[in-house]
Amino acid sequence: MAAHLSYGRVNLNILREAARKELREFLDKCSGSKAIVWDEYLTGPFGLIAQYSLLKEHEVEKMFTLKSGRLPSADVKNIIFFVRPRLELMDIIAENVFSEDKLHSSREFHILFVPRRSMLCEQRLKEQGVLGSFINIDEYILDLIPYDGDLLSMEYESAFRECYLENDQTSLYHTAKGLMTLQALYGTIPQIYGKGECARHVANMMLRMKREFAGSQNQILPVFDTLLLLDRNVDLLTPLATQLTYEGLIDEIYGINNGYVKLPPEKFAQKKQGEASKDLPTEPKKLQLNSAEELYAEIRDKNFNAVGAALSKKAKIISAAFEERHNAKTVGEIKQFVSQLPHMQAARSSLANHTSIAELIKDITSTNLYLSLVSASEAFFDNLTVEQEFMTGVDTDKVNTYIEDCIAQKDPLIKILRLVCMQSVCNNGLKQKVFDYYKREILQTYGYEHILTLNNLEKGGLLKPQTSSRNNYPTIRKTLKLWMEDANEQNPNDISYVYSGYAPLSIRLTQVLARPGWRSIEEVLKMLPGPHFEERQQLPAGLHKKRQQGENRTTLVFFLGGVTYAEIAALRFLSQMEDSGMEYIIATTKLINGTTWIKSLMDRPECQTP
Amino acid sequence: MAFITANWNPLGEAFYRKTELYEMSWNLRDGLRDSLVAAAPYGALLREPHRRSPSSRPQLEIYSASGVAIASFPWKSGPVVQLGWTVSDELLCVQEDGSVLIYDLFGSFKRHFSMGQSQVLEAKVFHSPYGTGVAIVTGSSRFTLATNIDELKLRRLPEVPGLQGKPSCWVVLTQDRQTKVLLSNGPELFILDNTSCTAVCPPGLSPQAGNIVHMSVSFSYKYLALFTDTGHLWTGSSHLQEKLSEVDTKKTTTPKQMIWCRRPKSQQPSVVLMWDRLLLDPCVLVGELDGVRIVSSTNQELLQEVPLVCQDIFKIASMAPGALLLEAHREYEKSSQKADEYLREIKEQSMLGEAVRQCVEAAGHEYDTNTQKSLLRAASFGKCFLTDFSPDQFVTTCRELRVLNAVRESSVGLPLTHTQFKQMTLQVLIDRLVYRQFYPLAIEICRYLKIPDYQGVSRVLKHWASYEAIARAVCVKVGDSPGVSYSHIAAKAYECGRTELAIKLLDFEARSGEQVPLLLKMKRSQLALSKAVESGDTDLVYTVVSYLKNEMNRGDFFMTLRNQPVALSLYRQFCKLQEQDTLKDLYNQDDDHQELANYYVMSGSEMIDPTHLRLSLLQSAVDEYNKAKNEFAAKATEDEMRLLRFQRKLDDEKGAGLLGLSLQATIEALLALGLHKQAEQLYRDFKVPDKRYWWLKLKSLAEKEEWEELEKFSKSKKSPIGYLAFVEVCIKCNNKYEAKKYVSKVAPEQKVKAHLAVSDLEGAADAAIERRNESEMAAVLSRCSASDRLLIDRLNRARTTATKK
Repeated sequence: MAAHLSYGRVNLNILREAARKELREFLDKCSGSKAIVWDEYLTGPFGLIAQYSLLKEHEVEKMFTLKSGRLPSADVKNIIFFVRPRLELMDIIAENVFSEDKLHSSREFHILFVPRRSMLCEQRLKEQGVLGSFINIDEYILDLIPYDGDLLSMEYESAFRECYLENDQTSLYHTAKGLMTLQALYGTIPQIYGKGECARHVANMMLRMKREFAGSQNQILPVFDTLLLLDRNVDLLTPLATQLTYEGLIDEIYGINNGYVKLPPEKFAQKKQGEASKDLPTEPKKLQLNSAEELYAEIRDKNFNAVGAALSKKAKIISAAFEERHNAKTVGEIKQFVSQLPHMQAARSSLANHTSIAELIKDITSTNLYLSLVSASEAFFDNLTVEQEFMTGVDTDKVNTYIEDCIAQKDPLIKILRLVCMQSVCNNGLKQKVFDYYKREILQTYGYEHILTLNNLEKGGLLKPQTSSRNNYPTIRKTLKLWMEDANEQNPNDISYVYSGYAPLSIRLTQVLARPGWRSIEEVLKMLPGPHFEERQQLPAGLHKKRQQGENRTTLVFFLGGVTYAEIAALRFLSQMEDSGMEYIIATTKLINGTTWIKSLMDRPECQTP
Repeated sequence: MAFITANWNPLGEAFYRKTELYEMSWNLRDGLRDSLVAAAPYGALLREPHRRSPSSRPQLEIYSASGVAIASFPWKSGPVVQLGWTVSDELLCVQEDGSVLIYDLFGSFKRHFSMGQSQVLEAKVFHSPYGTGVAIVTGSSRFTLATNIDELKLRRLPEVPGLQGKPSCWVVLTQDRQTKVLLSNGPELFILDNTSCTAVCPPGLSPQAGNIVHMSVSFSYKYLALFTDTGHLWTGSSHLQEKLSEVDTKKTTTPKQMIWCRRPKSQQPSVVLMWDRLLLDPCVLVGELDGVRIVSSTNQELLQEVPLVCQDIFKIASMAPGALLLEAHREYEKSSQKADEYLREIKEQSMLGEAVRQCVEAAGHEYDTNTQKSLLRAASFGKCFLTDFSPDQFVTTCRELRVLNAVRESSVGLPLTHTQFKQMTLQVLIDRLVYRQFYPLAIEICRYLKIPDYQGVSRVLKHWASYEAIARAVCVKVGDSPGVSYSHIAAKAYECGRTELAIKLLDFEARSGEQVPLLLKMKRSQLALSKAVESGDTDLVYTVVSYLKNEMNRGDFFMTLRNQPVALSLYRQFCKLQEQDTLKDLYNQDDDHQELANYYVMSGSEMIDPTHLRLSLLQSAVDEYNKAKNEFAAKATEDEMRLLRFQRKLDDEKGAGLLGLSLQATIEALLALGLHKQAEQLYRDFKVPDKRYWWLKLKSLAEKEEWEELEKFSKSKKSPIGYLAFVEVCIKCNNKYEAKKYVSKVAPEQKVKAHLAVSDLEGAADAAIERRNESEMAAVLSRCSASDRLLIDRLNRARTTATKK
């Protein structure tokens, strides 16, 4: 079920199994039939740990969504609330419990806090007078969730906003705790590098927690050689750019949530003979995307322009495999063919799915301008051109006509904000006149209430007026080779292929750290916000790895505040490069793209003009 | 050495030996006569309190097992019926009035509890899996039990039929997780449990044996011994199901003490009886797990069954492999070739491994260090001839023996046998050493046995520190031992009323989470807050903050938060969700005008109606933005207010439904309503850029299909957005005819696009060829169908020329 987690260099299934075990233990604590009342936010992350079948095995018979009022009736002995420790949720729970008691007195209540119990919440329940109604109050420590074979996510959406806008470091505390859990399972990580304020804070907490546990030494041979903590605000540029890998584009266009994507159904209609095509499905098609699917693992990280070729190659292989049946003469050969059939059929349906997705994307990104008027594809292309101009430093200090036009056309606000922020970042702040002009345009067009959103973006450093006359972005770009003129999309030789030319800054930092080391880029590091540092954690004698000749080192790269699929693709590319000598495992607070990221920084994004 | 069996005595099938443990270092004036004595098992302490001399006050004295005086003080409370030791080395003194006083090892009073308001005739202190218990017989002949004095629950047992005064003898049994009393009253024997009193009869006890006058239960509660007034001794299981033996001792006096003497897995259980005046010097017997300690006023001996393995080795003419190995080694030391003969003999039977094991095991059972050494040397010698023999047992035994020898030292006085040590575990041994304040020894043992710090050294240091209550000294000594729980030390200090010290100690605690609750308890809330912040655990910070909020007045509370930015931000978050008004007060107090203004904007945006309220909120926002020197925001908010007033006015006048729309949407709506003048006004008042206004007007006119108006507009001045926009918008509104009007006006670089938009391939081709632009030609080509042969040729030709150049 989760075999793809164990294929990688580091067996992340251990972590998943540990999480499942804990869940089972908690469920068994409440003996008898149960109903789970879900904090809706948690269902996605939980899906990565356990399917309904596991819950069912432990006598979970009903599931509800937490909402105020009365609980739906269910003939079960236990009612378990799975919630995040939030006060507003406690009030709802209290309401549920109150309205419940009068009806059935025999039901038992339990709370499972995810990822940590909170004295504040328990206090609230006490004030509401329901704390005594709970038989079990427990915590389910779910910090880092295995998302794929080389990917861990905390699925903590508001981390960036909390850290930079609200100075609330809860997510960092969970991060540090999560890393401690990880070290308990995979051994102490001997080297810690980091860049940024949050990174520093997390490292400090980790070292502190280690001191707290001193006396009980971890005796596991370390799996990770290095931990690299990176603040998202060290590289604000990358998420703003449009991702151009296959997976990145799916996320940009349709949004991937907890490993699932919902797609418009038209292209997925089953073409069956004799059936009228009028009953097209209307429900969105929901697909799970991870490396368990062989084809997807192969193409997810390719530049989209290379996906078509890969798909047609695959199509040929598959049809050739099906043709094999004509060559099968003996009973043995036929038997062998039949035994491979399920695998081949799965491959064929996977191919069909991805061909459909690729067509959907192609309709939007197809760069053949002049073909259609003011069409989606032209908009996509123009948008990309402007992004690339900014990234190469062309006219970043002037008001951009394209942005102006987009505002006049009332394009979605988030798109505008992405572009404006990008220009600001690439110019190390906008000239005051340009800055005010954009802001006025946005307020006049989308409404004055967005002054708060603009304010948030300023606080987060995405949008700012130029304070010093020197723009250091060109220096950074040149030193780190952020722009590669001749990016090879088909057979990449550099990470810049993921953005067709732009090499993500965060990944360059990672790459340089592995070789030749950060000392070579001291100057640039000083230009980027926050301190950079190195810490070593003592290993108990006897746990020092004896490295085989040619054995790769493993680095865990932790993005505090989110990471994009394109960045992940770039790291995977580095892992696969033969001479890199380094394998990367990626961890993050949340998988993001420019849109979800900006949205998380808006105040009341729901009231934006469409 | 040769006379190792000299103190062995055969009894039945086994041998018994008596080993001298100590020469007692006490000097008792009257010996042990006339005193009440309580000795703790596991070779622990022997203390000697309370003489009942009629006139003078009794004296309570506490000694170590080797007779070293630990404490002595006059007894000031009421008459004591019984003394006993708890499992954690506390002294219990059961008084006649039913109260029980608890002292620690050093004679300081700890606490007391009561067994009920009645006269106590007799009392017993017993140990069970639940802890230490006390049982009493009251003046009304009723039994009361407490199975665990740490969780005191008194149980009054049922009445015993026919019992007057105290029974002739009784014991407390722990069986099947139940505590019962076995008692004899005259000829009758009863079992008393929680609910019932049952008469029983020991199986096989001859009827003429007489009344039971003494009874004793073994250390493990498995065996029972009964002594009758005719001198018969009956032994059997404590369940009274089977009988082991019955002996006629031919002594009709009741023995002073009767104690079981057996070891786990021993061959035969046996009972030691002691009568007054039979020995010259009065003694006290102390039952142990694997023997009986005999304490007299001058020395202390251990009587035990000789362990089988020692018998095998030391029995005269034994041919056991261990015995041969010992002999071999002895010869080897004498450089005699006989060593080889012995070895050969063992090896021929392939018993060398067994021989080594025997020697190691026997060494563990020996008390004399020389014997230990010779056995271990023999084992080590034998080991040399074995290739794959695991050294673990040998190494462990050597280590443990070193520890045992150290604690057996007369100055320490813990005469533990190896069996007892195994039963009590190292943890408990260290605890006992700690209770006795042998800190250095305890630490040495921890280090020597390489116990993880958090179980060993750190724990010892913690206890030590709780006595030496001086922070500096504590920290110098405790220093950087990892895993020391300073918060426990501090809690102790606080208990002792030394708050300042506790705070200083807490500073050394690595776990902030541990510091906070205690600090709150000590009312050091500010400090608690900074510790919580330090921990990074935001829930902890919230907890302290909500505590502070209730404890302090608002002003002080805000001041406190002000000094803790992290806590302040968290509290703001809390307020944003829960207490909006407090949020305003917070910003006000901090003179945070920017945030205050944002707050007003936020509240304003939630309030569409009534307009005047919203306007007043926005006015506050403007004021605050001005104070924050945020001119842009102030200006923007003023604009918003202006827009609102305008919308309100127009809504009232014309019912335009503009309220809540953005400026852009308002102008659009106005144009749609045909209110061109008002739209124009907004455009000028709000300095809407020309480009955007043109776009807006262009789209609006086209949507309303006011083509004439559009044409007029296009000619009003040179379009700031060019004319391709006109073409495209017209096409979008499906009016190719109108679109074509604007094609000629389009700038040259966009001409191709414009021609293509109106599907004029020829025009597009002309424009592209004129501009000699290859990609434009290609674009036109891609739109040509096969019927446009001529055009295709022309374009292709032009392309080749363009490429050539």
